[in-house]
Amino acid sequence: MAQMTMAKAINDALRVELERDPKVMLFGEDVGKNGGVFRVSDGLQKMFGEDRVFDTPLAESGIGGLAVGLASQGFRPVAEIQFIGFIFEAMDSICVQGPRLRYRSGGRYTAPIVFRSPFGAGVKPPELHGDSLEGLLAQTPGLKVVVPSNPYDAKGLLISAIRDNDPVFFLEHLKLYFSQKADVPEGEYTVPLGKAKVVREGSDVTIITYGAMVHTSLKAAEQAEKEQGAKVEVIDLRTISPLDTETIVQSVEKTGRAIVVQEAQRTAGIAAEVIAQINENAILKLEAPVKRVTPPDTIIGFPLIEEEWIPDASRIVKAINEVLDF
Amino acid sequence: MADTRQVAEGFGNSEIRLEQFKPFTILSPEGKVVNEEQMPELSDEQLRELMKRMVFTRVWDQRAVGLARQGRLGFYAPVSGQEATMIGSEYALNKDDFILPGYRDIPQLYWHGYPMYQAFLWSRGHQHGGEIPEDVHVLIPQIIIGAQYVQAAGVAMAFKRRGEKRVAITYTGDGGSSQGDFYEAMNFAGAFNLPAVFVVQNNGYAISTPFEKQTAAKSVAQKGIAAGIRSVQVDGMDVLAVYRVVKDAVDRARDGKGPSLIEAVNYRLGPHSMSGDDPTRYRSKEEPDQYEQREPLVRFRKYLEAKGLWTEEDENRVIEEAKQTVADEIKKANKYEKMTIPGLIDSMFDVTPPYLEKQKAEYMKEGN
Repeated sequence: MAQMTMAKAINDALRVELERDPKVMLFGEDVGKNGGVFRVSDGLQKMFGEDRVFDTPLAESGIGGLAVGLASQGFRPVAEIQFIGFIFEAMDSICVQGPRLRYRSGGRYTAPIVFRSPFGAGVKPPELHGDSLEGLLAQTPGLKVVVPSNPYDAKGLLISAIRDNDPVFFLEHLKLYFSQKADVPEGEYTVPLGKAKVVREGSDVTIITYGAMVHTSLKAAEQAEKEQGAKVEVIDLRTISPLDTETIVQSVEKTGRAIVVQEAQRTAGIAAEVIAQINENAILKLEAPVKRVTPPDTIIGFPLIEEEWIPDASRIVKAINEVLDF
Repeated sequence: MADTRQVAEGFGNSEIRLEQFKPFTILSPEGKVVNEEQMPELSDEQLRELMKRMVFTRVWDQRAVGLARQGRLGFYAPVSGQEATMIGSEYALNKDDFILPGYRDIPQLYWHGYPMYQAFLWSRGHQHGGEIPEDVHVLIPQIIIGAQYVQAAGVAMAFKRRGEKRVAITYTGDGGSSQGDFYEAMNFAGAFNLPAVFVVQNNGYAISTPFEKQTAAKSVAQKGIAAGIRSVQVDGMDVLAVYRVVKDAVDRARDGKGPSLIEAVNYRLGPHSMSGDDPTRYRSKEEPDQYEQREPLVRFRKYLEAKGLWTEEDENRVIEEAKQTVADEIKKANKYEKMTIPGLIDSMFDVTPPYLEKQKAEYMKEGN
């Protein structure tokens, strides 16, 4: 098994699917010869040719429309939006035209598109490069939203996303592209969409999180165990739409306490939906109110203060203590 | 064919003034041929067919306006004044060419094979209206102005990648030519040399906003120049001229010679839609009368009558046929089964995920 960064694992998933299915196409700004600004598509144009891996003009709405048009004719486009803040230019394709195509045509046309975009704070990106906009995307009926936290999941989830017959938004956290290497199997394998994973078992409190916050939460869990012997369970959602309510509820029924950690600002986000699901399905098992650990409801913190803006392990530990001491 | 010449002045070639486009025309408003050498090669039967389709479409439009007034249709955008562009452009296509319409472009869909009862269902907001038959190569009418343009680039790229000799044609209006998507689409199609034809039906108004308030550009056609694609302006009320320029653009696209922008200069004789638009709020009562003289059916009828190809009998036969068809198709639409919430839920995804299955079950349990 090879050791890969998440960037390399995503590259590998793209290669596997381009090789397996001639209907798969990869395009966006600078994804061709340059291999993408993070080298995620490095070498793929050379391998599969300019008809299948190519640069587009610098126009995100055009990229989105190209994807919807190609998908309506049976292709499986993987469309890269170079940075998350640029999706607003393509919102009509991402949140309207793609997700509605099956519904408004009664299944005659479908949109098996994967939109990919880097997102997330922590590497001091310029403005509108590192926002967490998954809440906006998850509100869209008909669009699945996936956020891997590690190289293994990234490859398996992306392969599943490309094979899915409906549109998927695949969010790649900037901080995770190169921060860790992990064992990633060669060739094809899938990680199912819509399935969360318990990444740390525990019996006292459940942390539900995704993306880069999985790592921060694991660090906090270790610290809480070392400092006060708390047994913290951590769930990596992996897919945030649809949510794996079953895994969340099972864990909360066991621990009776829950914290949701997200890197996005607080209001109307994924944490709110997770808590609503806990309320509907497990409120009588709760020993304490469910807490959210999030940045404040501001626009993402400026690069020079983003480290303070993003939740860190100590804020999560504090929340663990509050929930345990309730 | 109308073309553009660039005239240098002042700072030499660093300052270019565009010479204005003039609409390409074959028939004068009096129905006289003014451009003999550009006459399309159409048989007498084909000429009659064009007239038949325009008359049929006019009657259908009048009936649809009536039905909308009675509340028997949902959203409806009248087409009278624009029949020559709609019918002439569709007639220039092959059956497997692909149409990406705006919401007014229902006649092109119908003449390309889309059943009329489904158009009525679509107007009412029934899902079956969008269930395009497998052998009909069109998309559902677009609501977001300009979205069909960028998608047309994708459809055209699909044909090119597969090596199919097919063309994507899309339609918007003068208002649509102000959208970013309009320019992005032409730019993409040009950059990838795609088999796409972009038609703008410049009917003078975007709901109430007149063209001169829409843009400082003197024409829509000139906007294609900036995208580096071929641009043509045509008299959109002259069915032969429209057929000729669209056929030319489609043939070029099919031969790998790239995309075209076609501005068809029209006039919308009726309101924007049947949802409360009152054109007297933004244009004079006399204005439509001036265009009645130039309107496409009058002009083409004069031409055909002079050639002995069209009689009052022909006209009446088509009117009756259209009335009967509309009546039959409305009946068919009325009989179509109602939609259900579970049916909608199941059309969200290929495989309905567990959370939606649960919501479906909750809905059924509530006694529905």
